[in-house]
Amino acid sequence: MSTPDPTKTINSPEATRESAPRFTKAKDGKRVDHAAAAKQFLDSPIHAKSHDERVWAMRTKRDKQAHAIEEWEELRDLASQIKTHTLTHLDEYLEQFADNAAANGVRVHWAADAADHNRIVHEIFNDHDVKKVIKSKSMLMEECGFRHYMEGVGIEIVETDLGERIQQLDNEDPSHVVVPSVHKMRSDVAKVFAETLGSDPDNDDAHYLAGRQRDATRPLILEADAGMTGANFAVAETGGFIVCTNEGNADLSANVPNLHVASIGIEKLVPRMEDMGVFIRLLSRSALGSPITQYTSHFRAPRAGGEMHIVLVDNGRSKRLGQEKFWSSLKCIRCGACMNTCPVFRRSGGLSYGATYTGPLGLILDPSFDAHRYSNLPFASTLNGSCTNVCPVKINIHEQIFEWRQVLAEDGHIPWAKKSALAAAGKVLADPKRYRAAIRTAQSALKHLPDWAVYSQLNAWGQVRDMPDVPDGGSFHDWYRKNRLHKTEAADTATHDSGDDS
Amino acid sequence: MKGRNDILAAIRANKPALKAPAPEVPSFDEAYPTDTTGLWPRFADALALMGGSVAEIQEGQSLEDCIRATLADRLPEQPIIASAVPELTGNRRLREHDNPKTLHDIDIAVLRARFGVAETGSVCFTEKELIVNAVAYLAQHLVVLLDPAELVTNIHRAYQRDDYKNARYTVFHTGPSATADIEGVLVRGAQGVRSLTVIAASVDTPG
Repeated sequence: MSTPDPTKTINSPEATRESAPRFTKAKDGKRVDHAAAAKQFLDSPIHAKSHDERVWAMRTKRDKQAHAIEEWEELRDLASQIKTHTLTHLDEYLEQFADNAAANGVRVHWAADAADHNRIVHEIFNDHDVKKVIKSKSMLMEECGFRHYMEGVGIEIVETDLGERIQQLDNEDPSHVVVPSVHKMRSDVAKVFAETLGSDPDNDDAHYLAGRQRDATRPLILEADAGMTGANFAVAETGGFIVCTNEGNADLSANVPNLHVASIGIEKLVPRMEDMGVFIRLLSRSALGSPITQYTSHFRAPRAGGEMHIVLVDNGRSKRLGQEKFWSSLKCIRCGACMNTCPVFRRSGGLSYGATYTGPLGLILDPSFDAHRYSNLPFASTLNGSCTNVCPVKINIHEQIFEWRQVLAEDGHIPWAKKSALAAAGKVLADPKRYRAAIRTAQSALKHLPDWAVYSQLNAWGQVRDMPDVPDGGSFHDWYRKNRLHKTEAADTATHDSGDDS
Repeated sequence: MKGRNDILAAIRANKPALKAPAPEVPSFDEAYPTDTTGLWPRFADALALMGGSVAEIQEGQSLEDCIRATLADRLPEQPIIASAVPELTGNRRLREHDNPKTLHDIDIAVLRARFGVAETGSVCFTEKELIVNAVAYLAQHLVVLLDPAELVTNIHRAYQRDDYKNARYTVFHTGPSATADIEGVLVRGAQGVRSLTVIAASVDTPG
């Protein structure tokens, strides 16, 4: 079966009746168990297969777009350089941005952390007697737990992005930075909408469901007291910010109510408008494999008679800027390409990460928010480097994943079983003699040990995979010694250290 | 509560001490046609890929005839047409201070783009062209007049213009609103307009 093409407006022929996977959330103060959650996801095999195909289809479309542009690699270099330049001058560009925004008539606020952000926005809303808010998708607001905070103080927040709205109505976190409900199938959406919007529970046509959400959301947009957006980029030179969306919901949120509040992470800065050409050409091609988002919106000043606020949020970013090995993760433009290409993400689903940021990006961002809670995440990677290869701003993602493993181990966040196994493995792998001895033992053990020993709880690898058959002819090294080594020595009479292991 | 100065101080203390000059960004458009005749088909193809379309005014047809013919099977009996262009009167006036909520029943909004981008099929508006920003999203369908002479090659060229520097709001529309959030199925007409049609029209063309 070929991978589904998201540009085709055809539903898959049959909807599944399989129920949606549910995940056990880690309790406060506990580690997220990614492997266990991934297993829960794989217990719904039709969902798991659909997720894998859909996410991979985005990767495939990304490749097609990238290959069609001769200067693609040059654009990635430029994007990376512009971000390096900006981050190494971030104080100057932030000041320039904030001063220009203020001169444009925008009220600028500074939030050191998530709590500050939520409090500042709450105060703005109180000042304007705001009770109902429409918002577009913002990972920063997810990071701040903004919606939950607002629920607690009795202000109604309506997500206007379809995927985000599905997740809000289902009381579930987004699973992907670009497509929040990508782990759900249309039968799941039909169920959620039947329960919350009163749609026909037996109609799971995507066009019908999207139409029901549009019709149900439009009156909420018209009645809202305030609109919120995030920002993909903020331009120091103009004091303006840029929002890239496909549904038109950010432009409705910003342009229908009189009050517009934008939450912007301090790492979103670029120096000049001219730099935007590079990022806009890379962003949607990397994300969805489309040449550009349907809407690229530049907000510089409140519209006549309106009011605009910007909340600049640090929330750990200035600290990360000082981490030699991890500061470059601040270059991230949240395209999700690293997720779409990651074999672990594709097969475990975003919710298995139990964190705001999922996939490879999550592995290098989440531990900086809570090292203990997310200490398992950097191990949810094969370190194959595919994430790094597709990253439009050239973050060395897989190297940072590896570095996080070391940092977390040094800081004592790694569980004992994993740490001792890895320490032993480290010793063995670093020493050819021990390695070869271990291989012989393992091969002998695999041949002779019963399954209960090989597939036990102590061997996480064996729980989900069949161990390979033991090769009859011995290891590669045995074969090489027999067939090549001595022949090579015969051909080349110079004395070699033959690397003999005995 | 920590404010601007604390955050800036933390950044100054922590920012990497690297020499990293800002790179020059090339225009990357040597391979593009240099004339309007060559750029228009590229614009039209790119627009089609994003779900938009191009309509041509036929011999003897008025702009309004062309619009009604193009959207014929998608309109109610008496469509409400709001025009922000002098070439067409329409039947709903747009005024700068209109409450955006009052525009919820508009079927077609007709706008003129400041310029278009051949690479992506995008058209650009600021608040000047929109009169009321929200009309470009609350209307069911959007019709855009674009002077073919106002096409730029690619997105780099678009960002070299100074339209944004004085406008409060500048937006690129590339086709109609869309979503693929349900099982990857593409649906045109998410929260904004259901269709976007571009009509080539020089500024001096009488309506």
